[in-house]
Amino acid sequence: MRHSKIVTLEEAIRKSGLQDGMTISFHHHFRGGDKVVNLVVAKLAEMGFKNLHLAASSLSDVHAPLIEHIKNGVITKISTSGLRGELANEISHGLLKEPVVFRSHGGRGSAIASGELHIDVAFLGASSCDELGNASGCPRSENAKSICGSLGYALPDARYADHVVILTDDLVAYPNVPKSISACDVESVVVVDSVGDSAKISSGAIRDSKNPRDILLAKQAAKVIINSGYFKEGFSIQTGTGGASLAAVKYIRESMIEQGIHASFALGGITAHMVKLHEEGLIGRLVDVQSFDKVAAESIAKDQLHQEVSAVEYASADHVGSAVHALDIVILSALEVDVDFNVNVLVGSDGIIRGAVGGHPDTAEDSALSIVVCPLLRGRIPCVVPKVTTLITPGKCVDVVVTEYGIAVNPGRPEIAERLLAAGLKVVDIHDLAAKAGSIIGEPDPLPFGDRVVGLVIDRHGNLLDEIHNIVD
Amino acid sequence: MFVPGNNPGMMADAHIYGPDSIMLDLEDSVTMAEKDAARLLVHNALKSIDFGGTEMVVRINPLSTPYGKKDVEAVVKAGVDVIRMPKTETADEVRELEAEIVKVETELGCVGRTLIMAAIESALGVVNAFEIATASKRMMGIALGAEDYSANLKTQRTPGGAELLLARETIVVAARAAGIACFDTVYSNLDDMDTFRKEVELIKTLGFDGKSIINPRQIEVVNEVFAPSQKAIDKALRIIAAIKEAQAKGSGVIAVNGKMVDRPVVIRAERTIALAIASGILSQEEAL
Repeated sequence: MRHSKIVTLEEAIRKSGLQDGMTISFHHHFRGGDKVVNLVVAKLAEMGFKNLHLAASSLSDVHAPLIEHIKNGVITKISTSGLRGELANEISHGLLKEPVVFRSHGGRGSAIASGELHIDVAFLGASSCDELGNASGCPRSENAKSICGSLGYALPDARYADHVVILTDDLVAYPNVPKSISACDVESVVVVDSVGDSAKISSGAIRDSKNPRDILLAKQAAKVIINSGYFKEGFSIQTGTGGASLAAVKYIRESMIEQGIHASFALGGITAHMVKLHEEGLIGRLVDVQSFDKVAAESIAKDQLHQEVSAVEYASADHVGSAVHALDIVILSALEVDVDFNVNVLVGSDGIIRGAVGGHPDTAEDSALSIVVCPLLRGRIPCVVPKVTTLITPGKCVDVVVTEYGIAVNPGRPEIAERLLAAGLKVVDIHDLAAKAGSIIGEPDPLPFGDRVVGLVIDRHGNLLDEIHNIVD
Repeated sequence: MFVPGNNPGMMADAHIYGPDSIMLDLEDSVTMAEKDAARLLVHNALKSIDFGGTEMVVRINPLSTPYGKKDVEAVVKAGVDVIRMPKTETADEVRELEAEIVKVETELGCVGRTLIMAAIESALGVVNAFEIATASKRMMGIALGAEDYSANLKTQRTPGGAELLLARETIVVAARAAGIACFDTVYSNLDDMDTFRKEVELIKTLGFDGKSIINPRQIEVVNEVFAPSQKAIDKALRIIAAIKEAQAKGSGVIAVNGKMVDRPVVIRAERTIALAIASGILSQEEAL
């Protein structure tokens, strides 16, 4: 084809004009199966680049090879929504000199759009792409092997980065339609053996949790929603992917059928559960920034009413058109909740980073009703605590906390507490929940934090919210 | 609800699912090597965990084993509500257990505190059901243990439970004749809730007071099956109200909706209200 943009990875990097000290970006739609970050950074290391800022939408266990590249000075700064595994462990112990900058998904989208987070070169994996760079997360040929569905988190990068390189393992005939990323935003296309390990990108069919505690939490969360005052014709909803969140959808579905109530849309990370409700006619539209499983990825490829949105369109605080502004109800999880309803989803109770900010603060702040579902205890670790280890979502954004020992309602929402009490639900004071956890577990020793700042939590409006210190063994 | 006596996490959590009774098990779910550790664990769990007022039962090892008497001592000292004796075949075995309990209670100065539930798990036990049920004033209930029983009968368990019919009916009749409670055996296939529900419906019809369960997921089904209908609750509440009114007036004859209310009707109404409270669909206040 004339004007083909296909080059080798090395050629793409040279062509991009990348210099030491610049910012490169990646998306995390291939989740635990991602091969793009490691492949590109290894090539950059081989080519002798130093002092790069890696700005990913999120990083996970699979990115442990970055540790060597940090030690060798290839990567000296990271911005991300989450960190997990050995990389997170090393960073928590002070591997990086400069603190990691944590932003929410909406916060990252806003920061890219405003120029606060300027991306020099974006390296974006795609499940299918044509020679000019029209790229998608959907399969377009029989050779498709790394399917992720929505490319929502990659779209701000594609639009605002100075230079965009698409990496794909399925080069398809022009035009690759419908496209997620436009060829007009793309400078180079690199064909590689594999952009992701499909088994680790997403799970297959719906699996209902059989964990009795998840089921108990899910039933309580569903009862909160049904009696909250927001469960009415045309409501909108977002849920997470934890066992309790997924199970809650099942119980909400039963009530929707029973009461003849339909949702206008479901938002966020879309799961097979939501697709099922949509296909049953219970949810009008699916607004998808990330397709969490195979069923969701297949649905977005074929269903007009299952639409992809960018991280900006999903959850930006700066753009009033973003979907979170229309969201009624969100079910969220937490590593810790404190007596002021502050939530931590990032740093474990051992002081090690082991999670992701995700869309938590975005959806909690802008939804009409935010419900955090979290067990009182995980093994011997208390989850309702006097004070969170790290502040991610401020308590003023959190309306209800559901635990297996009772439901706490933010004192700022007395009308919700009244409705839940009237429905016979066990509404308790959050201080009593923290005291209950303390009475079972005892008081944990203070964490051995050091003096170095290893992480900065930037809120979705661009302000510094909290600092994460290094942990000392 | 059965909870293995060697699993602290499950013990601490059990009450949050709202079972009527928690049965910490020292017998079949604990291996020989762990008997002593589990006994210590159960003793401390009973003393230190807040079970939210749930009735606490411990299934001990048979007194004929080296563990049985030590189990009795440990759990009575920890203040258990009920001891479940496994594989009970004769009234003498109940009396032997009672004697062990009395020994420990005398030492503690609380004679009479601990109740007994006997599990009947053999043909001989079924034949002796009434004698077992009436062997002690501490007897609060008898229960069927179907796995050992069906093995003893030289048959196996089937989905319809035909092999258990005589045992179930005998146990209900013996319990009613003795004026104590009766509980059905466990159903262990957690993936087949439909058959479980059918079994609960069957044993409710037979007259059982409840069913032993092995997982919190089974609680809802048992409650749903045992829960009386709203119509039945309303009727029972009217009957109880009419009785109270008649008593206040000193009237001997009670009628509701023009129908005479006699003694069996009153008993059934009281049981309906008790079941409604146990199933969580009626509060204590509403029942008053």
